[in-house]
Amino acid sequence: MAPTAAVATPPPKESRRRRASPRRLPYLLIAPAGLLMLGFIAYPVLSVFYYSLQNYNVTKPWRNGFAGLDNFRRVFTEDDQFWPTLGFSAQWVVTQVTLQLLLGLALALIVNQTFIGRGISRAMVFSPWAVSGVLTSTIWILLYNSSTGFSRYLADAGIGEYGTSVLSDTGTVFWAATVTELWRGVPFFAILILADLQSVSKELYEAASVDGAGRLRQFFHITLPHLRDAIILATLLRGVWEFNNVDLLYTLTGGGPAGETTTLPLYVANTGIEGHDFGYASALTTVAFVILLFCSIVYLRLSKFGGDRT
Amino acid sequence: MTALLTEKNGTARRSPAHGSPPSSPRRRPGRERAFDDVPRWQIYLPLGLYLLFTLIPFYWMLLFAVRPAGSTSLVPWPMTGAHFSKVWNERSFAVFFQNSMIVGVATLVATTLVALAGGYALARFDFRIKGAFMLALLCSQFIPGALMLVPLFEIFRNLQMINSLGSVVIAETVFQLPLSIILISGFIKNVPVSLEEAAWVDGCSRFTAFRTVVLPLLRPGLIAVGSFAFVHSWNHFLFALMFLSEQDKQTIPVGLNTLIGADSVDLGALAAGGVIAAVPVVIVFAFIQKWLITGFSAGAVKG
Repeated sequence: MAPTAAVATPPPKESRRRRASPRRLPYLLIAPAGLLMLGFIAYPVLSVFYYSLQNYNVTKPWRNGFAGLDNFRRVFTEDDQFWPTLGFSAQWVVTQVTLQLLLGLALALIVNQTFIGRGISRAMVFSPWAVSGVLTSTIWILLYNSSTGFSRYLADAGIGEYGTSVLSDTGTVFWAATVTELWRGVPFFAILILADLQSVSKELYEAASVDGAGRLRQFFHITLPHLRDAIILATLLRGVWEFNNVDLLYTLTGGGPAGETTTLPLYVANTGIEGHDFGYASALTTVAFVILLFCSIVYLRLSKFGGDRT
Repeated sequence: MTALLTEKNGTARRSPAHGSPPSSPRRRPGRERAFDDVPRWQIYLPLGLYLLFTLIPFYWMLLFAVRPAGSTSLVPWPMTGAHFSKVWNERSFAVFFQNSMIVGVATLVATTLVALAGGYALARFDFRIKGAFMLALLCSQFIPGALMLVPLFEIFRNLQMINSLGSVVIAETVFQLPLSIILISGFIKNVPVSLEEAAWVDGCSRFTAFRTVVLPLLRPGLIAVGSFAFVHSWNHFLFALMFLSEQDKQTIPVGLNTLIGADSVDLGALAAGGVIAAVPVVIVFAFIQKWLITGFSAGAVKG
């Protein structure tokens, strides 16, 4: 994979000879993006904050009005689904990010080697990145279904029993969903880490091997420190994404069986959309948002992002 | 090479023809490629296992899509096109496909153009609200799109855009924008300002200089960002599910979701629908995957 011209160009030097430009140009340039984000991100976010303090339920309009912190009190004291769904979200995010990172790192290190068939292998292992969401669910529903899925052929071969459906059994559904999400999630990590591996200086490895360092030590002393910032950023972005994303679980398990795989956002979506209790759903959203922001800041602090590489 | 290495450093430096830069460490014969000497089986064994994990699900879908109903054969022979024609005609996938294509291409064009303008401003200018704008871009990454569904629905209802593909294009574009702008501004920063300045000296306007000098160099980055926008909007379904209720306005993911949710799931039809959904993104992916790595390693991750 030869670097292109854009890659080969050196980083820019801050130039003081920059042409004096009309002062309004940068504002004109960010105006389309800025206006779209004000109208379709900032305004909805503010309205969610606003509605979290309101009773707002289209099926019970006579109760609508200011509610103060009532919705929030309900979240923490009365709601018997809030804590279980939050707990499942945490379990889901930690499992996904950890396994995706480990597998993605291993995969990136493998396809970064020089070997015959590297190009086609890369294309194939990264391909699930392109098919996400409902399509992933579709594919795995075909694999998991009890009558003609994978388990039937295993049963034919004498392994397991006929008619097992891993998606409707509370004991297996978590791992069934986890494997499905890994299938489409690992390529994201592999692509980002592989991109970052391109900038490790080969000379460092040569020097290390001259000094007698084995491949394991080279990995822990050269490769891993080099990848540090990329890994911190990728795990954070992925964690937030895994927390927020509902499409896979919504279509694969629907949050079931028996609410076993309901994440907090999935619960909120059900409350707001199907339950029409938008004031309460807004309070839940606000709580989820604050938790997410808090965890992200703590994570960045603890990992010392952008800090010294020692 | 061995002779060269036994010489003193000073001698080696005076013979640049040997191509060994002065800073490079001395190499011991035999250890020279030690860092790259991974036994082949350590590559092919794990890679082969992972490829099985990746490819069997794809094969499974293809198999179900082409084998006749009721067959349990594990090889796709004899083949039938019955599932495809059923899904394409009876289940309106022809219409869904067209709608998804419109949404995908419109999102790609809108995201790329808007992000290019914003990214250029961030990369090349200092202006008063730059810091606030960057912060807004980063913070927006924490906002769960799924939880914005209800307020967005109300906005589009007020704009009378419910059941119009435009609502989905706007929503997809808006949620693609922050990351796209950050990526593109990183790509533009990697193009030296001096290249543009040289064009200005030659009498080009800022826009002409950008179009003729900078834009061609941004190609890998723009392909990565544009394909992201296309693939995401092609696959994403919550916005389409919420904003488009008329059947002739729906997109492929919504159609798939309907097939999954049917009372008795027709697995052959579902698989054929999945293949139809997969073909465009797989083609896009095959075309862009070699740009993806270069696009990202162009300093994108580090902004």
